[in-house]
Amino acid sequence: MNKTLCAISGAVALASTFFSAAPALADGEVNIYSYRQPFLIQPLLDAFTEKTGIKTNVVFSSKGLGQRIAAEGENSPADVMMTVDIGRLDGARDLGIAAPIESTVVSTNIPAEFRDPDGMWVGLTSRARVIYASKDRVDQTAITYEELADPKWKGRICTRSGQHDYTIGLIASMIAHHGEADTEKWLEAVRDNLARKPAGNDRAQVKSIYAGECDIALGNTYYMGKMETNDKEPEQKEWAASVRILFPNSEDRGSHVNLSGVVLMKHAPNKDNALKLIEFLTSHDAQEIYAETNFEYPVTPGVAVSDRVKAWGTLKPDSMPLSDVAKYRKAASEMVDRVRFDDGPAT
Amino acid sequence: MTTSLSERGWQFGAIAVAALVLLPLASIIWIALTPTGDVWGHLLETVLPRSLWTTVLLMAGVGLTTAATGIGTAWLTTMCRFPGHRLMDWFLLIPLAVPTYIIAFAYVEVLDYTGPVQSAIRALFGFKTSRDYWFPEIRSLGGAIFVMGSVLYPYVYLTTRASFLIQSASILDVSRTLGASPFRLFFRIALPLARPAAAVGVSLALMECLNDIGAVTFFGVKTLTFSVYDTWLNRSSLGGAAQLALAMLVMVFALLWVERFGRRKQRFDQGSSKHRQPARFDLTGWRAAGAFLLCFLPVLAGFIVPGLLLADRASRRLDDLFGDTFLSAMWNSLSLALIASVMTVIVSVALAYSLRLKNVPVLRFGVRLAAIGYAIPGTVLAVGILVPLAALDNFVDAQMKTLFGIGTGLLLLGSGTGLIYAYMVRFLAVSYGQVEGGFGKISPHLDMAARTLGRTATKTLTQIHLPIIRPVLLSALLLTFVDCMKELPATILLRPFNFETLATTVFEAASREAFEDAALPSLAIVLVGLLPVIYLARTSASSFRTRISRRERAPGHGPLNSDGMA
Repeated sequence: MNKTLCAISGAVALASTFFSAAPALADGEVNIYSYRQPFLIQPLLDAFTEKTGIKTNVVFSSKGLGQRIAAEGENSPADVMMTVDIGRLDGARDLGIAAPIESTVVSTNIPAEFRDPDGMWVGLTSRARVIYASKDRVDQTAITYEELADPKWKGRICTRSGQHDYTIGLIASMIAHHGEADTEKWLEAVRDNLARKPAGNDRAQVKSIYAGECDIALGNTYYMGKMETNDKEPEQKEWAASVRILFPNSEDRGSHVNLSGVVLMKHAPNKDNALKLIEFLTSHDAQEIYAETNFEYPVTPGVAVSDRVKAWGTLKPDSMPLSDVAKYRKAASEMVDRVRFDDGPAT
Repeated sequence: MTTSLSERGWQFGAIAVAALVLLPLASIIWIALTPTGDVWGHLLETVLPRSLWTTVLLMAGVGLTTAATGIGTAWLTTMCRFPGHRLMDWFLLIPLAVPTYIIAFAYVEVLDYTGPVQSAIRALFGFKTSRDYWFPEIRSLGGAIFVMGSVLYPYVYLTTRASFLIQSASILDVSRTLGASPFRLFFRIALPLARPAAAVGVSLALMECLNDIGAVTFFGVKTLTFSVYDTWLNRSSLGGAAQLALAMLVMVFALLWVERFGRRKQRFDQGSSKHRQPARFDLTGWRAAGAFLLCFLPVLAGFIVPGLLLADRASRRLDDLFGDTFLSAMWNSLSLALIASVMTVIVSVALAYSLRLKNVPVLRFGVRLAAIGYAIPGTVLAVGILVPLAALDNFVDAQMKTLFGIGTGLLLLGSGTGLIYAYMVRFLAVSYGQVEGGFGKISPHLDMAARTLGRTATKTLTQIHLPIIRPVLLSALLLTFVDCMKELPATILLRPFNFETLATTVFEAASREAFEDAALPSLAIVLVGLLPVIYLARTSASSFRTRISRRERAPGHGPLNSDGMA
């Protein structure tokens, strides 16, 4: 028995030395839990390190980071959490893992509409949920979200999963504008217009249009820029060239926009560095990187969108406050289940 | 008989280990019983019935395909001679090296609208859009059954083949002498004899299927596992997720019960020395071609097609091969899997041996419960581990701060110990099943003899049992190692900072739909997984071969089949 115990404790010790890469407490670092894909934030983190000398450590996961931080409690190594949408920003506050961001730099840089009233999160970029339309098979130059329910689109629409944050955000905004009952009817009609089961990411939808599987698709704008400039996978340039962007509801309330943002962690071990990072991300320089490298819409006034983004058309954002939209997220998610949106068109 | 100190030590240790394994389960149950919000109504109304039904269908499909494929190919390779049967013997194990999330990803690439197959069809018939023709949708329940069946059948093949190999040749020979046709022999004699082994294999495959999160997510098949994941992480309802997880546990209990029930009359110590290859059926002509094809198809579907695709895509990215990211991910994967699998086997031996020493009901129950870790989706297991481990870390840290003024931080979670812990809990069933089977084959008389001759319980283990079951230990180690390499959901959530394994690299690329970036690490997982599989196949075949030839050399036995052994 002792041998077994010995072996087990030995292996644990061995494991600990192997993986003792946890640099959480060292100086000059900042630990980032990110829902955003590494390649999207890396240019910004590189710029930050270059400017301040502070090293950045990143854990990326598309799910579950908030829950992990909550469980880690006061010893959590996380300094900041970066998210892709408003739901996760609010979620962090609700989990009780966020700390107020008290910085005059941040409040000067970012307009109040892009900040939590209590300072529990700060928006960094806004992203519009637009329609990608085939250049060959779609003639119209304007579109509305409501119109997606029109039978003329039967078998022609592609989208990613209904349970994805971006889709949930859009459905929540429909609920906010039209109420639950009408939105449910709309969602059922959209489901029946789908060309296939919802699957893949936004980029995959464009690929489907390119291949002729569908004619229009829902997507975020910046994927377009990422595809147009993709030298590693040049075929993606062709996908992008086969579609054009339509900004929905430009004639009336405007297009649905979401926020990517950052949260300061309550138990951040490197709070000063975390604040420096957040301040940097709201700065003119960083927002320019967001605009020029990531093709997102900056939130700091005075930073222009890139020329490429400008060429897609003018975004008129829906003026309804995001907090009013976010509160319908749960209802939206349950609706997606109820109408079996992700099962694809009813046969 | 009094219980010796050594025996009591073993029991205490085994109960402690079982408790460690059960801790995450207990924490999940505790979380499930802690009321959270108002999601349960919605879950009960829409999510649970649907996902339950989907899961039942998926498991039925995967159960049938793996059973048919596994048993059929095992019979063909052990009992028939056809061109290539010896090659097929171990070829059939290869798909074991392909994780479900990788094969799912690969088949989407192959069979999707934009993939080569459909593009060729469109080019051939001049179709323009998806509305012009019908093509089976790979992102569906049927697709999930197909891909999972393609890589999970080796579990059945492995166990059933072993059973066919050790079935007493005389029984089969007698049946043949009495005029049983090959089919009758299979259905009336060999199959009933192999049923317990097949049941074990199928239940392993089904647990793997129940755990899968990658393939079902890709295919949009909303199983219970998917719903647990979705409820916890998308709806931020840990309580709801844990409640769904409890529903899964019921299914797991059912599976385990089936497995035990199937084995109830099985006696593994086949004391006779009649391990002799029964005469094989010589197949010729179309029968031989048919047998070859039947064995080749599963390998084609489970390995060759996805493997070729991965190889093709990876070949465009060969320069990544020596990149730091790839190499460090490789190192992390290998070392993690090695440590975790060694520890898992040690724990399995401890548990199995304690039960052998004294069949205490509490211990037996604990061991059986501990095996459930295998069926807990990695994501949920991660929660079950994260919560108590973080609490422990924080407690230790606070104690150290007050006593010595030194903060230890997240000692266990930050070091990756949590991850190893998760692997152990997840894969204990794999290794324990093997080890227990190995012990089962050792006659209790050996123990009695050893103890009578003055060996302690521990010495009996190290001097008698372990040397005898060494091949079993090795195969347990290899199976666990491959499983650890492939593990994804728990790894994502429990890994320390800046710590990427091959699986998380694949996941990161997959979440961007960047198949090209995922190909090389995927291929690496498959290849590394392949080495142990080949080794496993070779050693198990050759150990049977040597054992039999040794017996055959002894006088008084019948003539040896010309080609020796499988």
